[in-house]
Amino acid sequence: MDHPFAITLDVGSSLNNQTGSWRVSRPVYLDRLPPCNNACPAGENIQEWLFHAESGDYETAWRALTKNNPLPACMGRVCYHPCEDACNRITVDSAVGINSVERFLGDEAIKKGWKFDKPATETGKKVLVIGAGPSGLSAAYHLRRLGHSVTIRDAGPKAGGMMRFGIPSYRLPRDVLDAEIQRIVDMGVEIKLDSHVANVLQAKTEGKFDAVFLAVGAHIGKHTNIPAGAAAKIVDAVSVLRSMEGGEKPLLGRRVVIYGGGNTALDVARTAKRLGATESIIVYRRNREKMPAHDFELEEALEEGVVMKWLSTIKRFDDDGKLTVEKMKLDETGWPQPTGEYETLEADSVVLALGQDVDLSLLDGVPGLVINKGVVEVNKQMMTGAAGIFAGGDMVPSERTVTVGIGHGKKAARNIDAWLKGETYDAAPKHDLAVADNLNTWYYTDAPHTVRPTLDMVRRQSTFEEVVKGLDETNALYEARRCLSCGNCFECDNCYGVCPDNAVIKLGPGKRFKFNYDYCKGCGICASECPCGAIKMVAEDI
Amino acid sequence: MLKQIEGSVSTAEAIGLCRPEVICAYPITPQTHIVEGLGRMVKQGAIKNCEFINVESEFGAMSACIGSSVAGARTYTATASQGLLFMCEAVYNASGMGLPIVMTLGVRAIGAPINIWNDHSDAMALRDAGWLQLFAENNQEAGDLHIQAFKLAEAVSIPVMVCVDGFILTHAVERVDIPTQEDVDAYLPPFDPVQVVDPKAPMSIGSMVGPEAFTEVRWLQNYKYGQAEKMIPALNTEFKARFGRDTGGLLRTYKMDDAEIVAVAMGSVNGTIKDTIDQLREEGLKVGLVTLVSYRPFPAEALKAALKGHKTVVCVERAFNFGMGGPLSSDLEHALKTLPNTPRVLTCIAGLGGRPITRASLREMFKKAKKEPWNGMLFLDLNQKIVDDEVKHMTSVRKSGPLAENVVARVKTPAAE
Amino acid sequence: MNNILDLEPTQKLKFYQKGTFTVGNRLVSEEERAVQSSMGRSNSINCGHRGCRGCGEALGARFAVDAAMRACDNNLVVVNATGCLEVFSTPYPESAWQVAWVHSLFGNAAAVATGVAAAYRVKGRKEVRVMAQGGDGGTTDIGLGCLSGMFERNDDVMYICYDNEAYMNTGVQRSSATPPAARTATTDAVGPEPGNVFGTGKSVARIAMAHRIPYVATATVADLHDLERKVIKSMSIHGARYIHINVPCPLGWGAQSHDTIRLARLAVETGIFPVYEGEYGKVTESRKIRDRQPVEAFLKPQRRFAHLFKKPNDPRIAQIQAIADANIAEFDLIAKEDQE
Repeated sequence: MDHPFAITLDVGSSLNNQTGSWRVSRPVYLDRLPPCNNACPAGENIQEWLFHAESGDYETAWRALTKNNPLPACMGRVCYHPCEDACNRITVDSAVGINSVERFLGDEAIKKGWKFDKPATETGKKVLVIGAGPSGLSAAYHLRRLGHSVTIRDAGPKAGGMMRFGIPSYRLPRDVLDAEIQRIVDMGVEIKLDSHVANVLQAKTEGKFDAVFLAVGAHIGKHTNIPAGAAAKIVDAVSVLRSMEGGEKPLLGRRVVIYGGGNTALDVARTAKRLGATESIIVYRRNREKMPAHDFELEEALEEGVVMKWLSTIKRFDDDGKLTVEKMKLDETGWPQPTGEYETLEADSVVLALGQDVDLSLLDGVPGLVINKGVVEVNKQMMTGAAGIFAGGDMVPSERTVTVGIGHGKKAARNIDAWLKGETYDAAPKHDLAVADNLNTWYYTDAPHTVRPTLDMVRRQSTFEEVVKGLDETNALYEARRCLSCGNCFECDNCYGVCPDNAVIKLGPGKRFKFNYDYCKGCGICASECPCGAIKMVAEDI
Repeated sequence: MLKQIEGSVSTAEAIGLCRPEVICAYPITPQTHIVEGLGRMVKQGAIKNCEFINVESEFGAMSACIGSSVAGARTYTATASQGLLFMCEAVYNASGMGLPIVMTLGVRAIGAPINIWNDHSDAMALRDAGWLQLFAENNQEAGDLHIQAFKLAEAVSIPVMVCVDGFILTHAVERVDIPTQEDVDAYLPPFDPVQVVDPKAPMSIGSMVGPEAFTEVRWLQNYKYGQAEKMIPALNTEFKARFGRDTGGLLRTYKMDDAEIVAVAMGSVNGTIKDTIDQLREEGLKVGLVTLVSYRPFPAEALKAALKGHKTVVCVERAFNFGMGGPLSSDLEHALKTLPNTPRVLTCIAGLGGRPITRASLREMFKKAKKEPWNGMLFLDLNQKIVDDEVKHMTSVRKSGPLAENVVARVKTPAAE
Repeated sequence: MNNILDLEPTQKLKFYQKGTFTVGNRLVSEEERAVQSSMGRSNSINCGHRGCRGCGEALGARFAVDAAMRACDNNLVVVNATGCLEVFSTPYPESAWQVAWVHSLFGNAAAVATGVAAAYRVKGRKEVRVMAQGGDGGTTDIGLGCLSGMFERNDDVMYICYDNEAYMNTGVQRSSATPPAARTATTDAVGPEPGNVFGTGKSVARIAMAHRIPYVATATVADLHDLERKVIKSMSIHGARYIHINVPCPLGWGAQSHDTIRLARLAVETGIFPVYEGEYGKVTESRKIRDRQPVEAFLKPQRRFAHLFKKPNDPRIAQIQAIADANIAEFDLIAKEDQE
């Protein structure tokens, strides 16, 4: 103290005054569950891979992504992205284009030839996966990562299941599908094609498998009884889409009527257009609001000239191509009721897109296995009533999408792994959901969603080229950086910056922050100004 | 070098020789000529390495002085009267912060009524502001005291006010010996402040001090006054050795040995008093004089030593406290009360608002002190008729009008009313 | 530090929308991040100061002084006017300052700074820069004379006013920066005209511009990047400079301690506090409102305005809205693309 007494003071001597004693509530850091992660049926940690993509580290992003989903290039095209519906950014401008970034990462991986690591150790356990669709492929991938030996058997001539035989190539180009399947094969997964399994128990025993995952899908088109002439052409949607993969394209004529209101109906209607139909009409018994198909797909179909006939059912289809349709109206419960009014359409063929059934013949005689309403019952661990036999995808009760199937495959794989070790898999408890109210969105620039470029309409109608194009690198980066990082610290330094008492200690890149409770007065500015809601105030015990 | 020169100019030259680094100037009569002179010297380059700042008020002047002094620069300003009062808050602040600023006070009356002429009301008003106050008798002393003031202020870290009677000295042309730069440099070393606000060694200067330390801070300030009291005679001795003349240190005496009556006074009136004493002594009245140079610190011991054994002391004061008396008289009585046979202290209030203090009036006053010493204040040359008339007027008429204007009217037309 | 000066008033970080307005941002270079994001920031006013919980002035002071410190390589002298900031930072025996700091009086910070600058100039210490700071009372009221003198002489001083819109240190009395209708201890919310008068207002930023000094700016604690850029820009200039920073006071405004930054943001978004900068007497740039809000959004969270909401549609709210609208028009606060 080399200065006059009292009127002059040493710098920084206020450290002797520990203002933390003023506090009535304290800030604490926490992590919340981002709504995208919460909504993803495949259980992707979307926020995590967007975080890496933001800084342009695409390989790390892709590796983070594929911890949960081995098929990002496919998912980036066909997933209906419930993550985006849940995205909190909707309250600011529009959802982050998660799906398009996922596709960018998937395509980047194919372009750069990134491979999955082989398992470090082999468990010596053998698992049979029946069905090479999304669920089966996902299960095989995850089981292989865990060190198990995996064999997939599929009745079809090529792997991919409904991704190949149910989704038109303009939505999912086959080279992309092939590349992502090959990457799984390269890990050491064996795929046996044209290998129909007639009896699961026999197959298990003969192959000396320790466990089985059933994922045969739902490939049998549902029919309805339409009075029709002998020459009237009525086919089912699954067959039409499957035959698109063969050498012989289906002959549907110039006037095609599709019966149904799901995504498959739209796929067929758009496929018919591309096969040369002048009229592609969807007849659906309810209205647009009640239609199960996704609106953006309907929008694309309408842009391509597909015509919708709402509130209509097909009554008869005569040999001369006359299709009789009855007008319907919705009752108070939203259910369609006949009106007795009829009209006539001209049609060369009618395609039934009324849903699919599962071929369950391979399960005959499996003790304990329960079938209910045409699907297999499983417990929380995805196991059927038969020990060691698990099931997932379209053949168990759930929403039938590729993403759900991939999620089933992952979940089943973890449970199979645990079961093989004689354990039970316990998922880590979920954090509280990060909701929009937790955020302080002022800190984010208003930045509109990058719309994926769509193919020029004429080309789209006449070819099977991909309709929705991917993002280029700058666009992908831009889109990734729109992520708000809901509920998880992204080290924006706001808490460190806005504390009037310097009571936040910055620990350095990647290490986040900690509070200095010796001086924190508990004002709560850090919590209010945290953009992503990763701080909450907790009352002190006083 | 001897010059026949105006007091303000000689004072400015002496200040210039002290190598001030920052000068803050705001005009107020009668100190204006000093800062005008300094401004000219800075612009001409006669004073080197000096910032001359024309500020917007006396408050700004002292504030800028505080800034430059706390940043380690030798700092000077000048003011008077209303200006001193306007900067009053900063005057206290400068001393509380221990900043050795030197300020010339062109000593002047305070309004209302507004009056630009000399008395000591301004200096007395701020006598307790924590500054040292030195009074010059003539322009030689005015210059010499400034040279000592910088050395004194910087030695004890207390600001010094050099009080130079307005007009009587500032505007008087006298013969003044202006010292050489070499001698001043030899006498006055460069400023070595006890603390500086400097990014090289940051500290927090000017803290808030509560009851737990305020008494100690004030005690220490007072202790420095004691140091100053010891230092002033030493600095004067040193000054005399260098320049061959002196200012007397704390006080000077004149014809004290056999004095029946001793006058005590500050400032320019001492010259007139000395002339009066010479005249009275010829007439047989033995009057002596103590010229107080240092009013703050108040040199109680030196005064006791000088006045010991004298019976009657007359304080000739150019200011007074309403309802109380002369400030110098009060201080003096307080200082002398421990003497055996305490001298009687009479108070003569003289020269208010520039009224000339004549030898004739002083002579009568000293004679009266001998013959019929008075109690309370004697107002030299008071026109008793005017005040009596006005008292009568204002006690009889409720709306009696403004005092100052009424008196002025009575002075012009003595027959009024 | 030149690179930050090259940036536009609104950072054009096209691909950095996450964190464009946050304190730090791992996606941009260190230079483009706020001074406050740096682990090596000065923390000019450190832990342990006695500012109230959620004090906007403590925050504003650290933002501004840290930025100034960086801009002059820590060769800074700070002169502080009397007021909250001075009292809560330097009560004997503890000082929170970690800079060369001096306090003299309430109304003389600008003049003291002039003196400090003069001293360093005469000593040839060109590297030393001087700033003065005070609250709205010490600046817009009692210190205005010294401030105007400092401006007019174009002394090399940066003056920062932390405006919390009343005399908070003495117990929330009205200052010339107190907004109309606001309740303070000397403009109580009683009688037929509760709260502060609807006067003509007093903008010291505009008074500063009338002196045609090289740089004048307004800022708030809600927009750190803007604030720091202005301080750093100001430090690149020699001569008199003035920055007026809006710093909400939870105690004086009757607001939640965690709403300090939010209220500053709302003051801007409503148009009540225009954020702009000017050079040599002319407004050169204004910060556009990003999400315009009605004045009620700003008024309602503050108990000093509670009397405006006792009955519906108090006409004085419309009067305050008119003031905000006039600010928006005068300072062109709505971006062209947002104008309908």
